[in-house]
Amino acid sequence: MQNLDHMLYLGAFLFAVGIAVIVVKRNAIMVLLGLELLLNASNVNLVVFNRIHAGRIDGQMFSLFVIIVAVCEAAVGLAIVLRVYQYYKTSVPDEVSELKD
Amino acid sequence: MSSAWLLYCFEAIAALSALGILFVRNVFYGALLLICCLLAIAAVFVFNHAEFVAVTQILVYAGGVLVLIVFGIMLSARHGGKPLVVSHNYLISGVLLSLSILGILIYAISKTVWPSPTALTTQEINIEKVGVHIMSDYLLPFEIAGVLLLVALIGAIAMASSKSKSV
Repeated sequence: MQNLDHMLYLGAFLFAVGIAVIVVKRNAIMVLLGLELLLNASNVNLVVFNRIHAGRIDGQMFSLFVIIVAVCEAAVGLAIVLRVYQYYKTSVPDEVSELKD
Repeated sequence: MSSAWLLYCFEAIAALSALGILFVRNVFYGALLLICCLLAIAAVFVFNHAEFVAVTQILVYAGGVLVLIVFGIMLSARHGGKPLVVSHNYLISGVLLSLSILGILIYAISKTVWPSPTALTTQEINIEKVGVHIMSDYLLPFEIAGVLLLVALIGAIAMASSKSKSV
């Protein structure tokens, strides 16, 4: 049987790209896309680690719950983005700085 | 041996489309690249004998999250008809942060000795096991997840509707 290292490297790469997208992009929707990448990197790791334990399926169950929470986060996050856009007329997170100073 | 190469191809698709999200400037193209990446990840799940997770991933992301994101892009576009183009900031620090995290993770993965994976036979179907576990061991988390979905959707509708002035 093949080893699992390359899929773990894929998860690490997706996590790093997601972090970079969150920091670099100047748009709230792009930040949400980066968050989805982070959650999917964790899902890849959970499913791959599930292979190590024979006959058990806990990793897959946990990844199912991660998918559910990701959907909730996307729905609420996009609602907040729309609301902020209607109020501040911008979707750039750095320009919503009323609490600063 | 050909299935291993197919797995490598799907991994390459996932990695390249994720990297494309970082470089593309149109938000809509970013959403399409994200869906491409998520479908490739679903294929990787199939290779790991997680068929139910793969089908859930395709249904939820291609059917739900993509539609949500596209609606979000259309509703928050500044001028109708023009594509929503984003600029980049903190480029050096962001790339430095992600590269350092990637380095730490790769170092940790390469230093660890992983146990060899279990060789599953093709007769072993995981979907049946997932169904039995959802209805027995994971019944309480399953119900709580349902309540969480309901609360999140009601909250999203209440927040996004333009009639509520009390936000």
